[in-house]
Parts: sequence; C-alpha cells; structure tokens
Amino acid sequence: MREQLQKDFYNSIKNLSLSQKDIEIKKFCLDNFIDKGFPNKKEEDWKFSDLNQIIKNNIGELSFYNDQASTNKVDTSVFVDGLEHNKIVFINGRIEKIDFEYEKKDQIEIIDQSETINEFKNSNSLSDLNNAFTNKCFKILVKKGYQLAKPLIIYHTTNSKIWSKNINLRLNFEIDKDSSLRLIDLFNDTSEKNFLNIFYNFELKENAVLKNYKVDKFENKNIKYSFNNIDQDKNSISETFILSSGSNFSKNEINCNLNGVYASAFVNGVFSLNNDKHHEIRSIINHLTENTKSYQLIKSVLEQSSKAVYQGKIFVNSDAQKTDGYQLSKAILLNKESEFNAKPELEIYADDVKCSHGSASGSLNEDSIFYLMSRGLSYQQSRELLINGFLLDVVEKITDSEIKNLIKNLLGIKE
Amino acid sequence: MDNRQKEINNLKDYKYGFSTDIENIQAPKGLNEDVIKFISNIKKEPAWMLEFRLKAFERFKALKEPDWQKPKFPKIDYQDLYYYSAPKSMKDKPKSLDELDPKLLETYKKLGIPLQEQARLNGIAVDAVFDSVSVATTFKDELTKQGIIFCPISEAIQSHPELVKKYLGSVIPTSDHFFATLNSAVFTDGSFVYIPEGVRCPMELSTYFRINASNTGQFERTLIIADKGSYVSYLEGCTAPMRDENQLHAANVELIALDDAEIKYSTVQNWYPGDQDGKGGIYNFVTKRGLCKGKNSKISWTQVETGSAITWKYPSCILKGDNSVGEFYSIAITNNHQKADTGTKMIHLGKNTKSKIISKGISAGSSDMTYRGLVDISSKAKNSTNYTQCDSLLMGNKCGAHTVPYIKNKNSESNIAHEATTSKISDEQLHYCQQRGLNPEEAVGLIVNGFCKEVLQQLPMEFAVEAQKLVGISLEGSVG
Repeated sequence: MREQLQKDFYNSIKNLSLSQKDIEIKKFCLDNFIDKGFPNKKEEDWKFSDLNQIIKNNIGELSFYNDQASTNKVDTSVFVDGLEHNKIVFINGRIEKIDFEYEKKDQIEIIDQSETINEFKNSNSLSDLNNAFTNKCFKILVKKGYQLAKPLIIYHTTNSKIWSKNINLRLNFEIDKDSSLRLIDLFNDTSEKNFLNIFYNFELKENAVLKNYKVDKFENKNIKYSFNNIDQDKNSISETFILSSGSNFSKNEINCNLNGVYASAFVNGVFSLNNDKHHEIRSIINHLTENTKSYQLIKSVLEQSSKAVYQGKIFVNSDAQKTDGYQLSKAILLNKESEFNAKPELEIYADDVKCSHGSASGSLNEDSIFYLMSRGLSYQQSRELLINGFLLDVVEKITDSEIKNLIKNLLGIKE
Repeated sequence: MDNRQKEINNLKDYKYGFSTDIENIQAPKGLNEDVIKFISNIKKEPAWMLEFRLKAFERFKALKEPDWQKPKFPKIDYQDLYYYSAPKSMKDKPKSLDELDPKLLETYKKLGIPLQEQARLNGIAVDAVFDSVSVATTFKDELTKQGIIFCPISEAIQSHPELVKKYLGSVIPTSDHFFATLNSAVFTDGSFVYIPEGVRCPMELSTYFRINASNTGQFERTLIIADKGSYVSYLEGCTAPMRDENQLHAANVELIALDDAEIKYSTVQNWYPGDQDGKGGIYNFVTKRGLCKGKNSKISWTQVETGSAITWKYPSCILKGDNSVGEFYSIAITNNHQKADTGTKMIHLGKNTKSKIISKGISAGSSDMTYRGLVDISSKAKNSTNYTQCDSLLMGNKCGAHTVPYIKNKNSESNIAHEATTSKISDEQLHYCQQRGLNPEEAVGLIVNGFCKEVLQQLPMEFAVEAQKLVGISLEGSVG
C-alpha cells in the first residue's frame, strides 16, 4: 500500500499550487498515515469494527488519486423536493456547487482554507489520511446574529465513474454569536466499493445553534467514515441526528467539547440495518465546564446478519460541576444472526454531577405482538407497528418540524 | 469518649500494619528457571507439576506487561522480587497446630483469626497462608468425615494428584494473560477444596492471606471443585504489614462447578492501601475465574474491596452449562490515593443462562475507581438474560469514578439490560441525618452503608459485620 500511497500522493499534489511548506506538512501527514495504516481492532476505539480488515475484505486495493480537473454534471433529480433549501453538492468528492440562494449574501462568507491543516484533539490515522489528500477545503462562516432562513443540504453523491477509490472531504463551519444553522448531510451513492473519509469541524460561538442531520438511507456498497468535531461556547446548542442505514459499512464519530457554561449537546441516532451491514456510532461528549448538559438516545433495529455498535462516552472534567449527562441505547435483534455491541462509558472527575447511562438489547416483545394480533392485526402488521413506534421515539426528538417530516418520509414511518 | 468513637480510633490506622519477625527461607532473588525449580523442589512436587510451571514460564517470557488499565503504576522489576518466602519453622512441616511456631499463632491472633480449634464456636474452617506457604488448616477431621478435601494446594498436589492434574489450569490456562501466567509459573501455595457429589459443606471454608516478608510477591493459587449437586461457601480475607515500597500480589483463583453444584465465593480484601500520600501499599493484580461446567450450576462472587494501592481484578463467570447462573456483587471503596479497576466478565455459552451484576463504587480523596465489565452472549446462548447495575458515589472533586462496560449481544432471543448512575450524597440526605443528631461522619457512614446494602446482604453473617465496619473506616476523613 505504501508505494500506491506515495505515487497517488505525488500525482495529487502535482496539480495543486501549494507552497513548499504546505507540501511538507501534507507529506508529514502522509508519512504518519503510512506508519499507522488503517485503524484495526487492536486500537481500543476500533475494537468492534476493524476498518483495516473491512477495507481488505470489501474493497481490496484502494487507490487514493482522484482526478479533480474535470467537472461532473450535477444531476438535479437527486435534489429534495418540497423543501426549499441551500445546497452544497459534492460529486465523487469534488465540490461542484455552493449555492446559498435563499440567504442574504453578506451574512455568509465562504473562505477557501485548502492550505490549513485540521488538527483534532481526538485524532486517528484517518485524520492524517484526510489531511494528506484533501485538496479543496472551505470554511463556511455564518455571521453574527444571522439565522439562515432555509436549511443547508449537503449532497454527497458518488456515481459509477469511481471504483475502489478513497475520497477525502473536509468542511469547516463557524457559527458566530447569536446565529444558527440547520444542516442536512444527504448521501446518495450509485457507486460501489469506495471508502469515504469525511471530516467536519464546527465552531459554535455564544448562543449559536447548530442542527446537523446525517442521512445515509440509500442502499450502497460503500464504506464511510465521518468525524464531527464540535466546539461549543457559552449557551450554545448542538443537535446531531444520525440515520445510519444505507451503506455497507459506516462509522460516525461525534466529538463534542462543551467549553462554555450552559452549553448543551444532543446526539440522537437510529440504526436500521439489514443484510450483512455493519454500522457504528461513537460519541464523546466532553463536559469541560460547569452547568453543561448532554443527552443521547440511540436505537437500533437489526435484521439478518447485520451488526450495530454504539460506543458512547461522557467525560466530566473536575471543573464541570452541575453537569447533567444522559445516555440510552436500545436495540432490537430480529434475527439470530444479528449482533449488537455497546460500550457506554462514563469518566467522571467532579462530584456534584448527575450522570447515567442505560443500555438494553433483546428481541421483539412477543406479548406486545400477541396483544396487537388479538385486536385483528396480522403478524407482519404488528411487527411493523412496534418497530415504527420504537424508532419514532428517536425521530420525535428532532426539534425542526420540516426536517422531522422529511426524515419520517425517508424512514417510511406513518403517524 | 463513647464506645463507638473508641472503636473508630482503634481502627482508624491500618491495624494490620504490623510485621512479624520470623526467620524466613527465601528463594534467591529474581525470576528464572532455577528459581522455579527451587520452588518446585522445596515443595517436593512431582515432575508434571514442574513441567506445568516451566511451560507457563516459557510463555511468560514472550508476554508483555499489559498497559490498558486505567491506574498506571511504575514498572515492576520482576527480577527484584523474591518469589518464595516461608517461615523457617515450616520447613519440616509441623504435624499439628501445637507444633506451630508460637510467633505465627500470635500473628494470626492479632489478625483476629483464631487458628486453634478452641475457637470452635466460630464454626469456620480456616486455611491460613503466610507469605508463600499455608501454615495451618483447621477443622480438618470434621470435613474429612464428609469426604470434603480442604487443604493447602501443595499438599493436594501430593495427596490428590489426579484431581489437581485434571482441573488445575482448566479455567485459567498457562497460556492466559501476563499476571496469570506469572502465577502459573511461580505460585507457591493456596487452598484446595473438593466437595464430593451431593455434599453440602456444613461450614464456611475460609482462607486468610498475609504478606509478611518485604520485597516478596505473593502468588497463591486457589482451586475449588464442586462436584455434582454439592454446595460450598468460601471466604477469603487478606492483610499485609505497612511498608513504604509497593508489594505485588498476583493470585489465581479457579472455581469449577459441575452439574447442579453451587459455589459462593466471598472476599473481603483489606491489603495495606498505602499511606495518605499514596506511598506504599499492595498491588493487587488477581485473576479470578469460575466455570459453570455442568447444567444448572451456579457461581456467585461477592467482593468488598477496601484495601490495596491498586486493585486490578475481574472475577468472571463462564456460563458453559445450560441453565447455569453467574452472579457478581461488588463494593469497591477507594480513598486517599488508592486506585481500583475492577468489575466482572459474564460469558454466556450455554442455553438459558442467567447473570446478574451489582457493582457499587465509592471514591473519596484523590482516588480513582473504574468499573470495567464484559457481558458477552454468544450466538448459541439462547434465551439468556443479563442484568447489570453499577452505581458510583463520589465524595469531593479530586476523585474520579468511571464506568466502562462492554456489552455484546449475538443472540436475538437473549436480553441484556444495563444501568449505571453516578452521583454524590445529596445535601438533603446529610441534613436529614444530622438533624437527628448524627455527626457528619456517622451520617455519611449510614448513607454509604445503605448504598451498599444490596451487596452487603450477600455476605455470610460473620463477614457482613466486618465489612460494614470496614466501609465506615475506609471513608474516615473524607468528609468535610
């Protein structure tokens, strides 16, 4: 893999106008990645999902070079109907379109940050890979006091032009004081056997509100890794919702730093898996100062030989008195081949806190099915009703009603 | 001063912190094949036993000290330890208690363990282990009548080789992790229990461990076999003198329950925890594992962990037999600079297996407490259930309490439920108690005992009282 990486790396930087210093930094990251390779199960954070093995078994040899010179045609049929929205379109990893048509132009700034390297406190070899190969990176700045009128949808589209490729993406967001952003990540893949490596960094200033919905619903054979780093100032709110369903393998990581007092973070997720899919959510909520709050709810429905993993960690610093942390994960295993693994973790250094977690997994309750069937529903109907009700619980946590309806439609949940 | 205050003052300092001047025989310092041969030789072991040890040592050489645990400790120099230390008078084994070195008897008397059978009223059979050897076993005759074997493991190797050979290493193989393998290579003594088919052991069996000599690691090995339909309740207690340096204690405990058998294993661990600045104390790195081999068997672990500078242990159950049950009840209390990383593993292999975990952690001072547990339901373990509850109580903002459970469910017909909470003693509760005339320390003691009640109830009577007192003492000075 080493030679392939180096060859692809030089091909990639050849077309870029980078300073010598930038090249050196990128090269440093590349060397780091070559050293460490893809994460494997010997690393604690990857214990339940051995990415190295998964890539080996599903893709084989990866190529890291992406031709970014030619444009791709934007297929408008993938756009969401019935919801007015701003767009960013990625096709095969290349930014094709940035369109804030519904917003005041002077309130949003788009800054080219291709030359800065992202440094995450919680880094693994994938952030090195991302730094080495991302060649276009923008920062979206929402200015002070501005609240976006319409949500922003980021379309992650891949098509059959690419095969066995690694795609690296990076976006930075800064949401200034008193402003807000609603962001939907919509994955739409018609390609197969690619590895997507996505890094987002959010900076939330005082009173800022971020709502991020990650929707991976459409069946595809890709492998995805997505990392969100969220830094939150005083009084800010972040809400993350993850619908994890379509890809062959997917791991979503949320690293949230509650730096300011009264900041709060919500992470909700739904796994709805079939076949032999393997998905994971890993969340780390760092309560770093007093009076911060976090809430997490993850529910899974697992069919056939699918596998879901939830690793959630609540960290409470010794200064973070009056922390309120809550975490719940529930799973229904519908098939004897399916598997649910959880590692709900608490690491607490302050005494005046309220932290709890719960985790439960098991089969569908036969008594409930019997109850419904005795009232005239078929077995299939009863089962669907129970599963929908189970998942609806999480979807109802979405605070934005427009987007809640969109996601309900996607999941096919009727009220 | 009232009686209670007097009692507390008495107990405030680690009262087992004395050491006894007894002439020792020690193996040469360091760890190598010669030392292992020395141990094997002095114990007059058969060849297969030496082979077992050497095999383990061979494997040990390839292993690295693990470093994933939460409490970090300075590197241990394994060549700087004595692996065998025995009171000299034990060389030619005394035939009866009357021939025992009076100094030894005195030591155990100070510890509150009456070895002489005049303490018959107590009704507990005791096997006392002093540094590397077992010094006395009481009530032997009575037990022998029922066919129960309760003796030092070194004796069992001589007198019941077929049992030892069959079961030793069957739950913790020589190829296990670093400390377990080290123990397999150099273990010196410990207890051996065999309960024959259908026998319900009429009394509590108990082992008392004491580390006396300095620079000595204690590596004892306990093997308990409960044959079909039998029952045994086993207690373990431990103390050590106060010393500035850290001492290593790496024991292995193996339990085997055959069809319909039940083993109840209780520990009150009160090794020297080090002084208030965290100097000295025991490193308690113990491997305890029980195998529910037969159908309908049951293994229950109860532990009260108040001592040791670092506690690092996970008493586990392998639920292999159908309908078998595993239980784990734990109280871990850390104060000053103590660190504990403890929990359990419940591995469900058989059908209809059940497990229950209740863990209560209390940390005070600058201490650190981690619950780390694994519940693994394999795809064949149909209809299994697990219930886990781990609660932590924090006192002060310099300590830490952590929960790291691993939950694996591979069977859709099985259910796992896990709950964990972390909190502090609420001001309302304290106020309520103080209003009724308790001083703050008494109030905390009362509340903490209530917090631990679920676990304390599981202990045999004699131990429950001691444990309750220990809970109060361990938290001395943590309020205010």
